[in-house]
Amino acid sequence: MAFGPHLLLALLEGLVSSAVLALTALGLSLVFGVMRIVNVAHGEFFMLGAVFAWWFSSMIAGSPALGFLLALVLAPLVVGAIALVAERLVLRRLEYDPEATIVATIGMLYIFEQLALMFYGPEARAVPAPFDFRVTLPWFGYSGYKLAVIAASVLVMLATWYVLTRTRIGLVMRATQYDRETAQAFGIPVGRVYAGVFALGAMLAALAAVLIVPIQQAHYLMGTDPLLLSFIVVIIGGLGSLRGTVLAAVLIGLTEGIVAVFFSPTLAKMLATLFVALVLVFRPQGLFGQAPR
Amino acid sequence: MTTTDRPTPSILLHVGVIMVLAGLWYVLPDYHRAVFSRVMVLAVFAMGYGLLFGYTGLLSLGHAMFFSAGLYGAGMTMSMLGWNSLAGLGAGIACGAVLALVIGLLALRTTGVAFMIVTLMFAQVLYLTILYFNEYTGGDQGFSLRRAARQIGPFDMTDPATRYFAALVLFAAALAVMLYVVRSPRGRVLVAIRENEERVRMLGYDVFAAKLAAVVLSGALCAAAGATYAILFGYVGATFATIQYSILPLLWVLLGGAATVLGPLFGTLFMYYVVDITSNYTTAYLLFVGVALILLVLYFPKGVLGTVRERWLQWLP
Repeated sequence: MAFGPHLLLALLEGLVSSAVLALTALGLSLVFGVMRIVNVAHGEFFMLGAVFAWWFSSMIAGSPALGFLLALVLAPLVVGAIALVAERLVLRRLEYDPEATIVATIGMLYIFEQLALMFYGPEARAVPAPFDFRVTLPWFGYSGYKLAVIAASVLVMLATWYVLTRTRIGLVMRATQYDRETAQAFGIPVGRVYAGVFALGAMLAALAAVLIVPIQQAHYLMGTDPLLLSFIVVIIGGLGSLRGTVLAAVLIGLTEGIVAVFFSPTLAKMLATLFVALVLVFRPQGLFGQAPR
Repeated sequence: MTTTDRPTPSILLHVGVIMVLAGLWYVLPDYHRAVFSRVMVLAVFAMGYGLLFGYTGLLSLGHAMFFSAGLYGAGMTMSMLGWNSLAGLGAGIACGAVLALVIGLLALRTTGVAFMIVTLMFAQVLYLTILYFNEYTGGDQGFSLRRAARQIGPFDMTDPATRYFAALVLFAAALAVMLYVVRSPRGRVLVAIRENEERVRMLGYDVFAAKLAAVVLSGALCAAAGATYAILFGYVGATFATIQYSILPLLWVLLGGAATVLGPLFGTLFMYYVVDITSNYTTAYLLFVGVALILLVLYFPKGVLGTVRERWLQWLP
């Protein structure tokens, strides 16, 4: 393949990973923005989404489209419910103390990961794509499903943006983010908002995972990479800034896609992680964020 | 903190602990002797971590990098340059201290959550670096040290008894360093920084320098544990640089009691046996690590020895 088409392929692959990454990181960013906590177990919600997607879709054996649809609806709901329980049982009792929360979510990470190992097993399993359609380009054919993933991700992000900026729920969430105590004084049930946001963040990660399982298999250790990448995205985009998160996800996803095609993936990850750590040291508000109030 | 009022019981207690550990060699069966050798080395790792987390109040999620700096610093100089064990130990500690100095200069510019994430990421960078240079480091597989290299003078570190007492010597030395530091005026400044950083700054102390010194000493202790691990057990591998090995010392210190000198030993010993026993029954033994972490932060944030100190032994350092 010539250089041009090769680059186009890398760009498309990069856009697919950007799309999934943006959804996962959006969940992490929402939780950090509103609740001011770092959820280390976020990658495990991603993994649980993939595992449940496999489980639901394998219940309907005949038609892959129907099984996938079932997974698309049910997997995020189940993961959201799990997150809600975890929030009520653990995080609320810690009163969202930043350090204790990190330790507790590390604990959750191990628990979810090991439960998946016990009940789902160490195998990697694929979910069949709901449709098998190839877009024929002059140089190569490209999976229609991958393009659908990009479209779906854009739709979900637009919906999240709409909810946050144009609805009452979004207003309540932003009020809680801006000043927790004043919000409470104005009768906003801050506790319930926190629980809802935590569940919503987990559901976004699970949704991203359902979208990716037909491309990448479900495995009990698959949560680590999305977690680190989401951290990177949220930090580069500025902690708590949604627009920055989406921009950074596209930037990181594309760079990763292109770099992985042309260079060693370990070297790429190494340099990216170092770069992000230095951003956090020298520009803690992120590349796109404003200085904190 | 009433340690200076009654120094004698605390010194006696620590000498007693070391003597009990020495005596255990003559009592324990072979298998548990091996476990204790390993636990004593890992407890030094936990003590180094505890100096920063417990006493200074800096929660790092990347201490695996200091342990592996010692591990690889000793392992690579010994296997590739043919250095002897003592020189390897020195190289390992030096690697850890220098790395800690660099990381400290960068990471201490951040606070709180950012500090945790920055340390986590620097540790990840080191891990990926080890994988990337697998020609020299052996990558995931790691490498083992030749028997001939693992000698200190007339002592052969592959012999179980020598290994046990070498681990004990390291542990005793680390315990002495910890006791000296936490009872010294500089150690008190660290505790004061944990409690109220602004006030310490207002009193005219250089907070950044004190924190940096704590990071370097903590890194050097962890590296000493790593280097000793390489020499005693003869294996150097990238597993020790993974995030898991940054989380484990946190768990050990939390369990034993943050800001206690003996807590890390207790936590390491207890968790080692929990994992050891449960892994006979299930491959998912990390489940217990997770459950322990959550139960500890929820119900037992001071850890075992922290609670003992609060209730009964107020002089416990």
